[in-house]
Amino acid sequence: MAVTLFAAGNAMSQQVVSAPAVLPPKPGRSVDIPQSGWMKARERLAWYLVAPTIVVVVLVALYPLFQSFRLSFTNARFGSPRPEQYVGFTNYIRLLSDDVFLKALQHTVVFTIASVVIETVLGIVIALIINSNFSGRGIIRTSMLIPWAIPTVVSSQLWRFMYNQDNGVINDLLVNRLRILDSPVAWIANAGTSLPAIIAVDVWKTTPFMALLLLAGLQIIPGDVYEAATVDGASKWQQFWQITLPLLRPALLVALIFRTLDAFRVFDVVFVMKGAALDTITLAIYARQTMIDEQFLGRGAAASVVIFFCIAILVIIYSRLVRVEEV
Amino acid sequence: MHGSNSTSSPVSRLVAESLTGHLSRRDVMRRGAALGLSAPVIGMILSMQQRGALAQDATPAGASGNSIVVPEGLRTDLAGSRVRAVLSEASSPDRAWLEEAMSLFTEATGIETEFIPGETQATDRLAIYNQQLGAQSPDNDVFQIDVIWPGIMAQHAVDLNATLSELAALHFPAIVENNTVNGALVGMPWFTDAGLLYYRTDLLEKYGFEAAPETWDELEEMAKTIQDGESPDNASFRGFVWQGNAYEGLTCNGLEWQYSNGGGRIIEPDGTITINNPQAIASFDRARGWVGTISPEDVTTYNEPSSLNAFAPGNAAFMRNWPYAYSVTQAADSPLVGKVGVAQLPMGDDEGSTHAATLGGWQLMVSKYSQNQDAAIEFVKYMCSPELEKAFTIDRSHSPTISAVYDDPEVIEKQEFLSRLKPVFEGGAVARPSTVTSDLYNSVSIAYFTRLNQVLTGQADGASAVAQIEADLQDIMADLGY
Repeated sequence: MAVTLFAAGNAMSQQVVSAPAVLPPKPGRSVDIPQSGWMKARERLAWYLVAPTIVVVVLVALYPLFQSFRLSFTNARFGSPRPEQYVGFTNYIRLLSDDVFLKALQHTVVFTIASVVIETVLGIVIALIINSNFSGRGIIRTSMLIPWAIPTVVSSQLWRFMYNQDNGVINDLLVNRLRILDSPVAWIANAGTSLPAIIAVDVWKTTPFMALLLLAGLQIIPGDVYEAATVDGASKWQQFWQITLPLLRPALLVALIFRTLDAFRVFDVVFVMKGAALDTITLAIYARQTMIDEQFLGRGAAASVVIFFCIAILVIIYSRLVRVEEV
Repeated sequence: MHGSNSTSSPVSRLVAESLTGHLSRRDVMRRGAALGLSAPVIGMILSMQQRGALAQDATPAGASGNSIVVPEGLRTDLAGSRVRAVLSEASSPDRAWLEEAMSLFTEATGIETEFIPGETQATDRLAIYNQQLGAQSPDNDVFQIDVIWPGIMAQHAVDLNATLSELAALHFPAIVENNTVNGALVGMPWFTDAGLLYYRTDLLEKYGFEAAPETWDELEEMAKTIQDGESPDNASFRGFVWQGNAYEGLTCNGLEWQYSNGGGRIIEPDGTITINNPQAIASFDRARGWVGTISPEDVTTYNEPSSLNAFAPGNAAFMRNWPYAYSVTQAADSPLVGKVGVAQLPMGDDEGSTHAATLGGWQLMVSKYSQNQDAAIEFVKYMCSPELEKAFTIDRSHSPTISAVYDDPEVIEKQEFLSRLKPVFEGGAVARPSTVTSDLYNSVSIAYFTRLNQVLTGQADGASAVAQIEADLQDIMADLGY
């Protein structure tokens, strides 16, 4: 690592010294003579400059990824000195026949779709409201970010107390004040309400993030487009569908990619509120439990590879959507 | 942050004034000197307060307040070697005691010792141990290990039978047996734990019950009567709280339910899977019946602290918990001082029923990769000696693993509550099937508590859960070659 950096630095200083000696070619000519010494040196410099980044990416991203793939075909055990053996697809076959894994996959998909859809709709509404002019806008915009700023472990614990059957504020509100429910509900303990309750916490936490990204998208839409539309007699509703939404699309896609990938890896909020209970277990919790608690490094790696492929598919779908947009 | 000058500290005022040029150089010298002189005085006052607080905390015997007596007959020929021991977590209230015990050991033997803090959470600690020992690291010599880890740790441990079998004979045989894997003593018992039934003596009396429940039926009846009587005044009041979350604690609770009902120990010491039996099924279904009746529905997310959170403010009549809970309920500011009784957990009424308490606690292990094995073994011999266990019991209220310590008059006088627990540890403590399942115990426990939690939340019935656990365990035991 240090050697590479030193070499790059050396090359850079040489380049700086020699550069003025060569006259820069006229624009357009460089394409005709790509083999010119100046271009070669320039290309080499570019590689030197990128090299540290490539080395870091290989070390921290590609190498662990390769290791996960490799381990998923072995029977390696965490903390065991016994030699690992290649077992082919055994880990993957075992995953598919494990009802806990299938439940985890199902919960993760439900969590991702539900939380992202609700967060997007609410995020657009909030962004539109904040984008309009009203007094106290700055304070609202800042205070809106509080749920996002609280560490998830802390806010999950907080919500756990709020959901409590006997002395939680939510049951108090619904039963005693609003009288919507007859008797308190054990939101987290009850297998029917636990996943929706956790999705609600995620929506509470991440909607501000969504709204802020979309607000940035809204603010670059020029005002004169709306003026022209108003002159042409378009209603506010038409303006939203015909102008705001199409122009918001790039920002919306970025926000969706961020949120979907995040939601698919969900761990902390579920782990704090429910541990590894079967009615809410997610893929990330399953992978951690298999790898660390059960020490099945191979099987846990296989679960991680499944997460990786699911996320890869989502990224491909989203990036296609972006490309369609560009065309 | 934006407080006025009158509320800011002298230092920041000094800086602010010098920045705005309101301060002459002489002023800076004068005030700076005053600050410089006053700082040590403040420090002295603070340290005196701290010392006062420490003095209040400790028991009055001896200079440090601890009653450690160094046993005779320690080897002195190993002087100069060094033992690094991973004991309690860094912030543990036991740490000062442990460090004093270690320095007394160094004084007596000349063996240098170093206290290495461990992780607070048992599962995190196991992960770190696995990482270090899996890499055959010689860094640490002695490890404090949980009662369910001997099977996992056996491959990394020195067999203590070769050198310390005389000492092992003094400890509870059930724990020594638990720590013995294929004839090798993986860890020396150090202190122990067992599941107990806590009850409100004042409420039992108020509703006309004379003694703690002997059977689960009696507990259900008492819990229901008391809950029905108390809930009009206190809507949060519940009859019985325990640990129902999907984690190791539920394995402990479940083992007590089924074993006390004659339902076996999940996997017997010879490797036979016995979970699928009518008594175990009945005990699962019985516990399911508590949820939402005598126990809150939330109990299926409870761990030890959350059950204590319900019991300690007076919102529950009965609680299943470990011995540590007693001192919390008897702290000076607790509303339950003098109102808490402790008993053995109730038993079932099926054939083969008995009182049961899941065995917990910690052992000391010597690493196979240690380069100072003799010194490390000597250190374990010292820490697990009757002298040190007695002092640990008196000073830090841990339950000793040596039967004779419970009968010691000084222990009975100073730790009356603990001394009464001897029959629980001696007779009824049931070990989880961790030794026979070796390094796959966690998979066994996960399969067990996951399915049992499903029963408790109504997603499965006892019979199908037990069948599913049996199938999971058969896979695991097949991996082990049974």
